[in-house]
Parts: sequence; structure tokens; C-alpha cells
Amino acid sequence: MCLAIPARVVQLLGDDRALTEVGGVRSEISLGLVDGVGVGDYVIVHVGYAISRLDEEEAARTLALFAQMVEQHEEQAGEVHQ
Amino acid sequence: MKYISEFRDGRAAVALATQIAREASTGREYYIMEFCGGHTHAIFRYGIQDLLPPSIRLVHGPGCPVCVLPVGRLDSAIELAALPGVILCSYGDMLRVPGSRKRSLLRSRAEGKDVRMVYSCAEAIRIAVDNPGRQVVFFAIGFETTTPPTALAIREAQRLGLGNFSVFCNHVLTPSAIQSILNSPDVREIGDVRVDGFIGPSHVSTIIGSRPYEYFAREYQRPVVISGFEPLDVLQSILMLVRQLNGRRAEVENQFSRGVTRDGNVKAQALVADVFELRRTFEWRGLGVVPYSGLKIKQQYAGFDAEVRFAVQPRPVTENRACECGAILRGAKKPTDCRIFGTVCTPRNPVGSCMVSSEGACAAYYRFRRHVGAAALAVPQEG
Ligand code: SF4
Repeated sequence: MCLAIPARVVQLLGDDRALTEVGGVRSEISLGLVDGVGVGDYVIVHVGYAISRLDEEEAARTLALFAQMVEQHEEQAGEVHQ
Repeated sequence: MKYISEFRDGRAAVALATQIAREASTGREYYIMEFCGGHTHAIFRYGIQDLLPPSIRLVHGPGCPVCVLPVGRLDSAIELAALPGVILCSYGDMLRVPGSRKRSLLRSRAEGKDVRMVYSCAEAIRIAVDNPGRQVVFFAIGFETTTPPTALAIREAQRLGLGNFSVFCNHVLTPSAIQSILNSPDVREIGDVRVDGFIGPSHVSTIIGSRPYEYFAREYQRPVVISGFEPLDVLQSILMLVRQLNGRRAEVENQFSRGVTRDGNVKAQALVADVFELRRTFEWRGLGVVPYSGLKIKQQYAGFDAEVRFAVQPRPVTENRACECGAILRGAKKPTDCRIFGTVCTPRNPVGSCMVSSEGACAAYYRFRRHVGAAALAVPQEG
């Protein structure tokens, strides 16, 4: 029950409700705990409520760090093989 | 699935694991407690332990909301469900948890009581609107993440003037529980449990922020990294903890910068502060009575408090003597130390709460490690 997953807002339904999508599955959630969310934004959803926005810039930064580590690691592994 | 699959990438996992192995080869050991059952589940599901060098010891903590609820509170819920005219709504996992005398909410339902599984407390409100002649009780459990939705539901019930909706509140607080682990004799005196640093749950911190951990990181000199739940998140957090421990730092760091800030969700915090107040004490399974670790509904919303409406009385109970859930929740034992693990107690027929939810340590061991040799099972602690 404890999961919180990122979902994209596809439609605002009014009354603090919204339609979100994760991997093609759509569900209705409440936006009552977050302000200023629009269509196309990502939110983190827990038990049917958006509990926070997902900061796409920060996500990109984390992923860039992973990509850099992969590159370094595979380079070093390559050197060992040669 | 955007923002999910990228954080499960196998190549990055290998790179992170290699880096951890390199930096954690200092001759010392690193005892890291993942507080939250969601992390326990991720660690087992993705086999994270197997990617790590032997110097990293993962200690499973008590953060599974289903697991920490004491049997007495569950018994009270079972009794509420038995009252004439009551519809009891609860999150799914709770239904299967064994109460005392082999009762459970699932069994109550089989006996004809109106027990309903809801995914969200908004559903419980809808049920109350649709059944004006019945009393709807929402059996609320969970940590800081689950509390704001309950607060919203109570406010909504007030707005709608619902006289037939109430909440049986069992919400608990993460930082108090971590502090109680650090204060426990297992850690302080006996030395049975060694915890050098904590992986903190990101979903809790989306609400409370990272700030509440600053005090005890300093006070107890233990680093905390707020971590997401995908495998790369967990690996990166372990790397961050190793770096802190190598550098003799004890700070709060935020790995889940894509969703957590230092201040958290201020709107949700205000809502929670409006509806709930601290209980002086609350009992946890495994941790015992922890001061200021649980929430109750404030006087001004007493009309929606099931404990007030139905005069719920505390009831002491004795737990099944074979069950080691208590010690497991404190990190002092592992599931395989329990005599009836995997034999009498299985996910289909759970004896203790740790075997029920997929976030419980026993259930995670059973599902993902049962077939692994005994050597590999001898993981977290000596003693
Ligand atoms: S295996 Fe079952 S009885 Fe044993 S500690 Fe785990 S939940 Fe309790």
C-alpha cells in the first residue's frame, strides 16, 4: 500500500480532480494536496492523491549522473579487457 | 514508463554497484538500515543485496505500516466492524493481518460483516454518501504519506455535513520511530543491532521534507539519505551513505531531489496540523510504546473520530509466542530466525503481520529468498 509512483496529468477534471496516466493506464486522482499542477506535469501519486510534483530538471540531472557513471565504468572495463 | 523504467536500468545498476564496491573496500563494514518496507521490498525484488559487496550489511527496519500496528488496535477495528449497521473500510493489506484469537477482518467479512477494501479514503467518503442509513468507519493506518489524504477526507466529510462518517486513526510518525530505534537497548546497550546510517523513505519526505531528520543526524551522529524506491535510487543512496561514512560525516542528504525538498509539502503539513494532534504515546508492534509517535483527531473534529463515537477502549493482548515480528521490526532478528517461518507461517496463512504485506520483511524473504542457500541468507547481523 505504501507505493508512490510518478504519473503524468492528462486532464484536469475540476474540483481538484485530475486524470493521470502511467504506462498507458489511466486513473482519476485528487490534486487536493498540491497547488498549480497543469496538464503534462508529472506528479507523485499515493493512495489516489498527488503528494508532490515531480521536478523534471532534477530527474534529468540524476539520470545524467547515472549516464556518466555508466560511461566511466564501461570505459574502465574496456581498458581492463585490452 | 517515464520516470520509472529509466531508474531500473541494468547497466547503470552495474556501474553503481561497481563504484560502491570500490569505495566500500576500506576494511570496515557498513550497517545500513532501510527504514521503510517499500525499500525492503525493492531490495529483495531487484536482488540488490546480491549486487553489493559483503562489507555492506542491509538491516531491515520497521517501516511497514501494516506490520507495526499493534494487535490491540486491529482487534478494536474487528470489533467496530461487528457493530450493527457499521461498514468498515480499510486499505487492502490490513484485511489479512491476523488479530488475536485467529480473527482477521477478512474472516469478519466471510462471517457476513460489511468490511470493504478501498484504494483511497475518498472511496470511503463516497460509500458514506451512498449509504446514509449506515455508519461508515475508515480504518486509517500509515505514515506521513498517508496522513494528509485522511485529513482531506475528514475536512470533506465536514464540508458535506456527513453524520455517518468517522475515522479510526492509527497514523504514525517516521522520525519518532527512527529515534526510538536509536534509543533502544538493542542499539545502545546490548549492541545487538548496529546501524551506521539510514536510508530514509522519499515518499514520507515529499510531505515532511528532509529537515526533520537533521536533528537526529546531528544528535546521534548517523547519516541519513532520503531515497527513492527504484533500484537505482537505492543503489545511489547506498553509495552516498558509504561516502558519508568514509568521510566521517553525519548529514541529511537528499537522493530523491526530483520530488523532495528540505521543507516538504507545506500545504499538506498545514492540513495535517489542522486536523490532527500528537498522542502523548502510541504503541508500535516491535518498538513498544513510543512517545509522541502517533496522531489523533483534534477535538474540533471529534464528530469524525471513531474512537469517540464508538467509545473504543484500549485492549492489551498477548501475541503469538512463536512470532518474532517484534525483534524483526527492530532489526534485531531476521525472518529465518523464526522457528515457524515458511512452515506454519506463509503468505497464504500468515501468523504474524510481517508475513502479510509485500513490504513486510518475512513476506519479502519468503517470496524472493526462500530458495537461496542458507549461506546467502546469513545476511544482516551477527549476534
Ligand atoms: S515468519 Fe511469521 S510468525 Fe515468524 S516472525 Fe515472521 S510473521 Fe512472525
